[in-house]
Amino acid sequence: MATTHTRAAARLTLAPSVILLLAWMAIPLAMTLYFSTLRYNLLMPGMESYVGVENYGWFLTDPAFKAAIVNTLTLVLGVLAITLIGGTALALLLDQPMWGQGIVRLLVIAPFFVMPTVSALVWKNMLMHPVNGLFAWIAQSLGMEPVDWFAELPLFSIIVIVAWGWLPFATLIILTALQSLDSEQREAAEMDGAGPVSVFAYITLPHLARALTVVVLIETIFLLSVFAEILVTTNGGPGTATTNLAFLIYAQALLQYDIGGASAGGVIAVILANIVAVFLIRMVGKNLES
Amino acid sequence: MGAIALQGVKKSFGGVAVIPGVDLEIENGEFVVFVGPSGCGKSTLLRLIAGLEDASGGMIRINGKDATALPPARRGLAMVFQSYALYPHMSVYRNIAFPLKMAGVDKAEIDRKVRGAAATLNLTDYLDRRPGQLSGGQRQRVAIGRAIVREPAAFLFDEPLSNLDAALRVSMRLEISELHQKLGATMVYVTHDQVEAMTMADKIVVLNRGAIEQVGSPLELYRSPANLFVAAFIGSPKMNLIEGAAAAAHGANTIGVRPEHLTLSREAGDWKGVVTIAEHLGSDTFLHVEGEGVGAVTARVSGEFGAGPGDTVHMTPEAGRVYRFGADGKAMA
Amino acid sequence: MARAHTPARKAAISAVAWTVALLIFFPILWTVLTSFKTEGQAVSTPPVFVFFDWTWENYATVQERSNYARHAMNSVVISVGSTLLALLIAVPAAWSMAFSPTKHTKNILMWMLSTKMMPAVGVLVPIYLLFRDWGLLDTLGGLVAVMALINLPIVVWMLYTYFKEIPGEILEAARMDGAGLSAEIIHVLAPMAVPGIASTMLLNVILAWNEAFWTLNLTAAKAAPLTAFIASYSSPEGLFWAKLSAASTMAILPILVLGWFSQKQLVRGLTFGAVK
Repeated sequence: MATTHTRAAARLTLAPSVILLLAWMAIPLAMTLYFSTLRYNLLMPGMESYVGVENYGWFLTDPAFKAAIVNTLTLVLGVLAITLIGGTALALLLDQPMWGQGIVRLLVIAPFFVMPTVSALVWKNMLMHPVNGLFAWIAQSLGMEPVDWFAELPLFSIIVIVAWGWLPFATLIILTALQSLDSEQREAAEMDGAGPVSVFAYITLPHLARALTVVVLIETIFLLSVFAEILVTTNGGPGTATTNLAFLIYAQALLQYDIGGASAGGVIAVILANIVAVFLIRMVGKNLES
Repeated sequence: MGAIALQGVKKSFGGVAVIPGVDLEIENGEFVVFVGPSGCGKSTLLRLIAGLEDASGGMIRINGKDATALPPARRGLAMVFQSYALYPHMSVYRNIAFPLKMAGVDKAEIDRKVRGAAATLNLTDYLDRRPGQLSGGQRQRVAIGRAIVREPAAFLFDEPLSNLDAALRVSMRLEISELHQKLGATMVYVTHDQVEAMTMADKIVVLNRGAIEQVGSPLELYRSPANLFVAAFIGSPKMNLIEGAAAAAHGANTIGVRPEHLTLSREAGDWKGVVTIAEHLGSDTFLHVEGEGVGAVTARVSGEFGAGPGDTVHMTPEAGRVYRFGADGKAMA
Repeated sequence: MARAHTPARKAAISAVAWTVALLIFFPILWTVLTSFKTEGQAVSTPPVFVFFDWTWENYATVQERSNYARHAMNSVVISVGSTLLALLIAVPAAWSMAFSPTKHTKNILMWMLSTKMMPAVGVLVPIYLLFRDWGLLDTLGGLVAVMALINLPIVVWMLYTYFKEIPGEILEAARMDGAGLSAEIIHVLAPMAVPGIASTMLLNVILAWNEAFWTLNLTAAKAAPLTAFIASYSSPEGLFWAKLSAASTMAILPILVLGWFSQKQLVRGLTFGAVK
């Protein structure tokens, strides 16, 4: 198949994708790097000047930055914990024989297809509203004091909303992996005298390891830059209680017009994401070889 | 009409010579089998004939005409692939009709030929099915049907039976042999299974590391293997190869004795040994014997032979059935 | 599992599974129900579940007041347009990588994947400024381009994994059967590639429809798709839950239906073929 003219054709067919992606990645990234060394505010046009790493120093020592890092990590880890544990439990449940399995599956994966702005507003208003929300009514019906979710537990509330959207993703992937488990392996283990717990620990869980890792890595990529849910619920507040790195950079750039500072933040975000990306790429790459 | 000649055909992939240079004549109507271990280049050689790989050197003639640079479709050959390579989105009918449609044959003619081929291959009831709805053997037949309708100069088979179970393999083997007799067409068949080669071929080409070790009829290869490789490859169970003093006694570096050419006795013989495993097949008995001075030896005795593990036996090779090989591995005259 | 399942066990599992599934689905169900209530019923305590005066009024109001149809149309243009653009660029690339791979193919694929890892905030500032300078802010064309680019790696990867599954022997068979390049593409490759391309399209439309970083940051009134339009409900005046619900229902239902059809492809696409 591989003759000389097909090689040339291959190059030609690849070129648009490669060039466009290269441009999309390299040019803005280079600009971000460049801007991060400038004092550059959109409100003061023409006043740009080179300041070296000052923006980084400023950004890194900003108390909001520390809060943002903590919030970002809490958000990522919180959602991961909920979706991994919940997703595994749900997948194990859905893998059992039951009536209406197809419909149950559809219901469970539905939240993944809800756009983030909708889920955030629905949860914020109709479910978590301290006076008229459904949760408040349930709490009152049970004789408890309703919780003012976004005032008292703002970050937790956002974690719940985001986790609701990602739980189906984790469930679906773990379920897919579960269904590819060779039933003979399980039967062999049962013949060897393994009980349900041992089967789960020694057969099922190792089989799921790869799917779980994929879930962790992909969710991390997306969760590091949760934005819309924060924008429409808390706007990063109260104070900086729900400001994550993505939101902080957005606020710096488009609310305070501080291009230099925001760019420094952007570079930091890229570095953090790359640390995660290295692992994911290694894994997918390994898969490519098998 | 389908004579194929290879003259110094070479193929290398990225500087590695997979086929350093092969000369071979395939006569019209012959059933030729390329056999050899995996990676010996037999499939590459077939694909070179098909035109699916470009030769790095040499010449391929089909019916006397130089076909080295012709695209596969214009060589007038048909190929049956290992995976059958049926078009999954087309019915059996359309699969078989496809080459005719590509050749611009008119509809009535296509219909006649497809139905003819289907009748030959017992596929008439399945013409509307998709390949996914067929069994392995039926898919195999569709692939053959697709080849037949083109009335090619030669049929090329690339390990066509390796995806079938053992029973089906035997019956398809017979069907292909019958087809060869009926059509009288040239067939080039690649396999790693020496039983397929022995049972089907007019001429066997034994390949090893891209080079031809020996060409000949099945019995020629059985009776007079040219070298150690062919000796060990053809025949089942494998020929016993014995080195050392026992070989020196015959004036050779290595001697080969087929299991069926060993006479067993409980009392006396050339080589004494102890049975380690006895396999009783009813019609034959295979005895694995640890022989003194000759190492592990397999013997095949016709009928039932009452020996079990631990028994002492004596083995004598049949006169004139001892193959002698020199230090270079080649058969000695 | 070879164990016999008693009906009682099955009933218990079914009950648990249905309860959990309905709880997870509840926010969506609640939104749909609320969209048919009056604003008064929407905020009433105790809440009304089914026995209220069903009305379509909210849907009419949403359309009248905020030009819902226009934003929906924007969503369609952005998601479908970006998908088609990405396919146009990706199909040839995926095709040649799958059928005539070179020693660089794997590296190129990995590199494409790595571009997907870049956080959007890292390039928000320059993209925003470039869009401002080029007059692309709040235009459909600009968003179509951005969406096509951010999803291009996923599209290439998905297509690649689908094309990879088309056995090379089939193409060789077609060539032996006398098919030229065009016949090979029309009669053999295209019919076999269509399901993969369709799945890729479906997933990409869903992802683009729900994308809410670039759409929020690069649009205002004119080119805003539904994600951005819904966000405008975050600071409303007066009673609005029923109307929010109506707008939300319209925004999520079409994509929910598409999503239900694409479960399998979703797993494969979002895991870059690592889980199938």
